[in-house]
Amino acid sequence: MRRILSTALALMLTAGTGAMAQSPAPAPTGEAVGAPVPWGTGLQEAFGPVKVAIHDFNDLVLYIIVAITIFVAALLAYVMWRYSASRNPNPSRVSHHTMLEVAWTVVPVLILLVIAIPSFRLIYYEDRARDADMTISVQGRQWYWHYAYPDHGNFAFDSYPIADAEIRPGQIAKLSVDNPLVIPVGATIRVMTSGHDVIHSFFVPSLGVQKYTIPGRTMETWFRADREGTFYGQCNQICGTNHWFMPIAVRAVPRAEFDAWVAQARTRFAEGNGPGWPERDRTTSVAALGGPVASITDHSAEARR
Amino acid sequence: MAHAAHDTHGHDAHNHAPGFVARWFFSTNHKDIGTLYIIFAVVAAFVGIGLSMLMRLELQAPGMQFFADGQMWNVAVTAHGVVMVFYVVMPALIGGFGNWFVPIMIGAPDMAFPRLNNISFWLIVPAFLLTVASLFVGGAGTGWTLYPPLSDIQYQGGAGVDMALFGLHLAGASSILGAANFITTIFNMRAPGMTLHKMPLFVWAMLVTAFLLLLSVPVLGGAITMLITDRNFGTAFFKPEGGGDPVLFQHLFWFFGHPEVYIMILPAFGIVSHVLSTFSRKPIFGYLGMAYAMVAIGVVGFVVWAHHMFTSGISVDTRAYFMAATMIIAVPTGIKIFSWIATMWGGSISFKTPMLFAIGFVFLFTVGGVTGVKLANAGVTQILHNTYYVVAHFHYVLSLGAVFGIYAGFYYWIGKMSGYQYPERWGQIHFWLTFVGVNITFFPMHFLGAQGMPRRYADYPDAFTGWNMVASAGAYISGLSFLVFVYTVYLTFARKQKAEANPWGEGATTLEWQVSSPPPFHTFDELPRIR
Repeated sequence: MRRILSTALALMLTAGTGAMAQSPAPAPTGEAVGAPVPWGTGLQEAFGPVKVAIHDFNDLVLYIIVAITIFVAALLAYVMWRYSASRNPNPSRVSHHTMLEVAWTVVPVLILLVIAIPSFRLIYYEDRARDADMTISVQGRQWYWHYAYPDHGNFAFDSYPIADAEIRPGQIAKLSVDNPLVIPVGATIRVMTSGHDVIHSFFVPSLGVQKYTIPGRTMETWFRADREGTFYGQCNQICGTNHWFMPIAVRAVPRAEFDAWVAQARTRFAEGNGPGWPERDRTTSVAALGGPVASITDHSAEARR
Repeated sequence: MAHAAHDTHGHDAHNHAPGFVARWFFSTNHKDIGTLYIIFAVVAAFVGIGLSMLMRLELQAPGMQFFADGQMWNVAVTAHGVVMVFYVVMPALIGGFGNWFVPIMIGAPDMAFPRLNNISFWLIVPAFLLTVASLFVGGAGTGWTLYPPLSDIQYQGGAGVDMALFGLHLAGASSILGAANFITTIFNMRAPGMTLHKMPLFVWAMLVTAFLLLLSVPVLGGAITMLITDRNFGTAFFKPEGGGDPVLFQHLFWFFGHPEVYIMILPAFGIVSHVLSTFSRKPIFGYLGMAYAMVAIGVVGFVVWAHHMFTSGISVDTRAYFMAATMIIAVPTGIKIFSWIATMWGGSISFKTPMLFAIGFVFLFTVGGVTGVKLANAGVTQILHNTYYVVAHFHYVLSLGAVFGIYAGFYYWIGKMSGYQYPERWGQIHFWLTFVGVNITFFPMHFLGAQGMPRRYADYPDAFTGWNMVASAGAYISGLSFLVFVYTVYLTFARKQKAEANPWGEGATTLEWQVSSPPPFHTFDELPRIR
């Protein structure tokens, strides 16, 4: 019976190390796709410097915690084997060992220091862009995203998910959107998030960026995409009935293509509203704060699917 | 002669149990109230586990199969969390085992305020009814965190959220009264010779837990009162358009919410300490370190709340502080893990069901603990916050930690509480089913979270299908294991295998093993003396 338990523990740990051993698949040529993969166990592949920094730190911590888990499991397995009643009928009465107790207080402190130093460096790195190339304003709304480009004439548009029935080849169900957030590849993007109705969270795993969008506040974060491609994310703070259906797509394109897109977008989105969906919500964020907002019984988004 | 007279008197007192209604509805006896709490927790567990089965059914494949829409899903998610936290884990550990064994372990005749104790229980019943009833009037689709503006009246119309909030108010009042009762009992009613430093660790755990409750639950009470007035009376505590701030609610909620997780786990720490010591036939290793580690966890647990808010726009220096403070908690937790192993080291271990659950607890709590260390780092939590990685983490420490503690305590004490010993074979079957089931359920969630699957999702992109399918399969095994538990309980009472006063032998040293099984209606006619 003890053997079964040890086997179970061993299996568990194999599973645990599986998460660590997994390295990102070799980058395919052409456009990158930042999205979850079937049966994936590790972090999504990194496509920007913030995410690369997160990966480095994550690997360090993962090695440490897997080692600790194996250590504790090995101790438990040994104790269960060596000190079972059949093998050790007469228990010892030892209940103190000062050196041992000091050791298992001090050693974890040292391990935490090893983790803490790079950890502090990482959060200050993630905090804000030193020399941003451009700023993008991100607003989560029930249940779509509203993006604005203040450095490029302040045009703005909405980004809606695509219903499963209308998914075309090359698109990903529940992740693709009608109007992705377009950015130049290699540019450092300052992101300003603001709220509109309830709290949402702008979350793109493969670029290492996440920030809530909270009514009444403007918050800052940043990211950069180092490869051309499309990087997907999803709203990551419960926000009502379609919480699960407000994906994010960030498209990184070469600078020239970006400039062409901006020129075209400035006319296309001249009114500050995105095409494609009924403009039921033309109000600006400030005006909408006190105004009526879709209630939970509004299933228009649901119906659109 | 006097001695004989005393015996007769004592005998009368033992049998002086009141009639059914007086005993169970107006109960002032800590053991009866403890029993009521445990029965209540099992009933609530049917609701909580039933909801989780529905959720895993929905998530086993992409697409919306069982839930009409996302709002209904959010309501189920919220109810599952609230029911499990407030109506299963807390009543079982604190109201159930705490009531039963704190007075016995310190040699007290009962709790300090028996009628208060009765009120505490009878507040939790309507609280639970309000929460369940709220499901039928729209429910609260907010997550158990209740963040405004989503919990405001514009977004959650109807009475669902209000009923859930009033339910929380009642549950909170119950907890505060219970906490005051425990603190008074432990400080004032210890038997002669039972100094603080001789108290069993379960009593230490309950003392720290009671302080956490007393200091944190009123903050929740304040926060949800403001939410209720924001919803119904036009105030704007959390509304930016009126000068309020949604993030203020998050601070208040987590000032309660973080100690709350220790409220759920500390009593389990206490139970596991007793079980490991008993079945290793060894005294607890490093008793003082164990006791003060819990005190340290309780104290530090109050100054780490904003690690739940790393993406809520708190400044980077604030994040740095909360990150550092959070990681410090790993130190007393490590002391406990290693002291538990050292307690077993050199022992003579018998693997009875409670011991299996206790060993399982130590390992699974370690797994949940180390992922907590990872999540403490705001840098990596930037992409793990609110993902299934967090769901996996807190289920490892709660669903596999606190719940294993509850099961360990149940099998350890059921003979004492009922007078009937559980069937060992069925206990072992229950352990293995649970152990396998919960690990298959929650381990894959680490993978889903690392891949970026957000929590509280009714549906997901196809790439997440595989591990969700595995997690659902594990959940069905876990659900089955709960039915096996219920069957084991049924067998316990059907077989009526008489439990001895101390079925566990010399390793069981605390006072409850020196009275009969079940203990007399009034446990101690004369205060025991502790050497």
